[in-house]
Amino acid sequence: MNTSLIFLIVLIIGLAAYFVARSRAVTSANGKLSVLHSLPGYHGTYAAIWATLPALVVLGVWLIASPMLIEKTIRAELPETVTSQGSAPTELALGQVISVANGLRLLSDDELATVTSGSATLRETLAAKGVPMASEAATYLLASAQDYNALKDTSQLAMAAVVIILSIAGAVFALRGISAPFRARNRVEQVILGALLLASSIAILTTVGIIGSMLSEAIRFFQSVSPSTFFFGTVWDPRFAAAGSGGSEGQFGLLPLLAGTLYIAFVAMLFAVPVGLFAAIYMAEYARPSVRSIAKPLLEILAGIPTIVYGFFALITVGPFLRDVSAQLNGLVTGNYVNFIQAQSVLTAGIVMGIMLIPFVSSLSDDIITQVPRSLRDGSLGLGATRSETIKKVVLPAALPGIVGALLLTASRAVGETMIVVLAAGVAARMQLNPFEAMTTVTVKIVNQLTGDLEFNSPQTLVAFALGITLFAITLCLNIYALYIVRKYREQYE
Amino acid sequence: MTEITASAPATFTRPAQARRDIGIKKRYRAERRFRAYGMAAILTGLFFLFVLLWTVISNGYTAFLQTTITLPIEFSEQVIDPKNERADNPAKLMTANYPLLVRDALIKALNIDPSNRALVKQATDMVSASARTQLRDIVVNNQSVIGTTQNVALLAEGNIDSANKGQIDLNVAEANRKVKDTQLGWMKTLTETGAMTKNFNTGLFTFGASSRPEAAGIGVAAVGSLYMMLIVLVLSLPIGVCASIYLEEFAPKNKLTDLIEVNINNLAAVPSIVYGLLGLAVFINFAGMPRSAALVGGLVLTLMTLPTIIIATRAALKAVPPSIRSAALGLGASKMQTIFHHVLPLAMPGVLTGTIIGLAHALGETAPLLLIGMVAFVVDYPGSPMEPSTALPVQIYMWANEAERAFVERTSGAIMILLVFLVLMNLGAILLRRRFERRW
Repeated sequence: MNTSLIFLIVLIIGLAAYFVARSRAVTSANGKLSVLHSLPGYHGTYAAIWATLPALVVLGVWLIASPMLIEKTIRAELPETVTSQGSAPTELALGQVISVANGLRLLSDDELATVTSGSATLRETLAAKGVPMASEAATYLLASAQDYNALKDTSQLAMAAVVIILSIAGAVFALRGISAPFRARNRVEQVILGALLLASSIAILTTVGIIGSMLSEAIRFFQSVSPSTFFFGTVWDPRFAAAGSGGSEGQFGLLPLLAGTLYIAFVAMLFAVPVGLFAAIYMAEYARPSVRSIAKPLLEILAGIPTIVYGFFALITVGPFLRDVSAQLNGLVTGNYVNFIQAQSVLTAGIVMGIMLIPFVSSLSDDIITQVPRSLRDGSLGLGATRSETIKKVVLPAALPGIVGALLLTASRAVGETMIVVLAAGVAARMQLNPFEAMTTVTVKIVNQLTGDLEFNSPQTLVAFALGITLFAITLCLNIYALYIVRKYREQYE
Repeated sequence: MTEITASAPATFTRPAQARRDIGIKKRYRAERRFRAYGMAAILTGLFFLFVLLWTVISNGYTAFLQTTITLPIEFSEQVIDPKNERADNPAKLMTANYPLLVRDALIKALNIDPSNRALVKQATDMVSASARTQLRDIVVNNQSVIGTTQNVALLAEGNIDSANKGQIDLNVAEANRKVKDTQLGWMKTLTETGAMTKNFNTGLFTFGASSRPEAAGIGVAAVGSLYMMLIVLVLSLPIGVCASIYLEEFAPKNKLTDLIEVNINNLAAVPSIVYGLLGLAVFINFAGMPRSAALVGGLVLTLMTLPTIIIATRAALKAVPPSIRSAALGLGASKMQTIFHHVLPLAMPGVLTGTIIGLAHALGETAPLLLIGMVAFVVDYPGSPMEPSTALPVQIYMWANEAERAFVERTSGAIMILLVFLVLMNLGAILLRRRFERRW
């Protein structure tokens, strides 16, 4: 009996329980529905919950736990010669057992008999069914595989029995409790409240998952590379993680990546902040409502464009443009038409990222500027200040904490941005100050280390998690501080 | 009276004093300057928006046309099935020498001397190598074409396609050019005879990944994206709505609720690539889900979209006035009934708007998908979310790394399609808000 069939049966029992409970509630009220504490539908739902929820929980737990238990049993069965070789060959043998076991399912009874009697080789028989084996089967393999299948069958059967009995028992229990004064609504609502609580805890679980998973992988990385050489190393040269090479020594210095990340983010902010801030000021203080209603959504289109499009824009238009312009400039001045700006450079990535950030700066600052109370402006204008003086001397100082918060949020986005820098910043990890040369960032290296064929035990791939947790820590600090400032600012004027 | 009126002006006519210079002109100039800066900033933003869109559209609109060469292909039995084995062994038809058919047809159409190998090679280079599978499919699907001559529209090779669209600089010396002069001559004759035409490029919408630009399309990637969007919608909408209802309506004001609150706001600002790392470590390494599967991509994007939806839903719930709640509670509804029967339906436009915007964001997201192995060369349509697939933005990323001119065009074309989807989704959100939003 396969799992989806069990699932379906449980659902059918639940549905049946719903209708039976409903009609029971109606009959227990002798046709006078006002006698019932809860509407008949709540009685039905109550029974349906009892019929399905415990059974499905058990089903879920069983599905997760039983493969682990079975594998544990099989692992214990493996001969000494295999288990004594360490964990990697054991896992390999286990994988073989499972694939052979799956292959055996495809064989007919006759074929199975010939294989078990030893008159046909397992490898050829399985190969005919499309299950390739690397080498001729070891003697223990067939027995283990058959054990595996037997255990799996028993487990499946037991699971079906337990789940269905539980479902029926739940339904019967709920149906027996139904009477006119029974508070079904309160019970159902308790379950719903539990579900709501569960849903909102996913947010916490995500954070725990992010921190836990990255930390555990990063700790594995720090077992082979010491934290001080990672955090203070100035050379990034991880070498390639050839499968099976066991990680030939590479150098994992974070500083060049961090320098590139911060430099590019700085250039981007240098570009985005004045433009975004002035746009916000104009929109909040000067623009007529008609202009505002057109310009604001148009600018926000920039925020809705996927970052991969910006990356392509940098690669196709901005990079080559800067390169050609620099060659022309160089030619006009020195007569030597050689470009001094590389197509992939800090400047290219910074400018394009700056374009992406303009709407973030402008709409966040716009919100904050409009929150400054009218009375402050009126006071200043009434004293004879011009509008620009009012803005510079009164509105902006009052909005400053909020704007700083907005800029920090924008900076955190610049630090974590990936696709633009992957396509526009280059991959050369070096520490230098020339914005016309390529530099690389933390995010680029995470992508580089984790695309392609992976071996999860080498420091070359695990370093990505160490980089990830560094990135997460930086953005977390920026975000929390920024959110704190913005929140405090909002309270100030409410 | 007259005396008074006559004398009155005298009191006002004080000797004209030099007006005190309070710098009013300078201040007004500063005012105008400041205003101009603001205007310039907005224009700068709009200028870049325009340049960005112009780059994409000017590079990309040609991707919707594809050059085809229609040739009378003689499905000769001697080439396809010389030993007449197809009745016993249909697999023979899969491996027959179909490029030979194209070669013969080209030799006939262009009047080439078959013994001049270099010339024949140049001619066959004009047709996409995908002609082999195209002809094979025709023959396998309908064996009766063998022995007949059919007009077949073959895809032109990428560079020929670019040349036909005028994208290849013909002033470059022939040796450095991808398209040779003889080929240009043939293109001219083929165009004159009507064999070479530019048609609407349906392949762009139906094909999968290919190393040959003319046979590459976004069809497979779009299906992967569709699977992921469905998963995101099915998971994040109910979970997001449930979480916001709890936080907004039920949660007691305490440290834990505060923590969840800060947490959600922070999650909304976590770099997307971090979600990719989470997906790789938890879903693939720990839970053992398949790499490159749309399922994992959908789960990762769900986690990424949830904070957006929760924030939007909470704002929408907050906007429903307390009088609605009081009325329902006063009539004997429980708190749960009040929320699910009255508050939530009234907040639904806001919820859906937030969801659509979250989905649009997820549709364009690339970075986390790179880490969970969706940068895959996927040729076949994935039959289920468990099979290897790729996504629209990832396909764009992969094409952006290709050097050929025809891929630049296709990248831009794919971006246009992606942007059209995003615009439609955002328009839907705006219309929804306009149509159903209530001001209380």
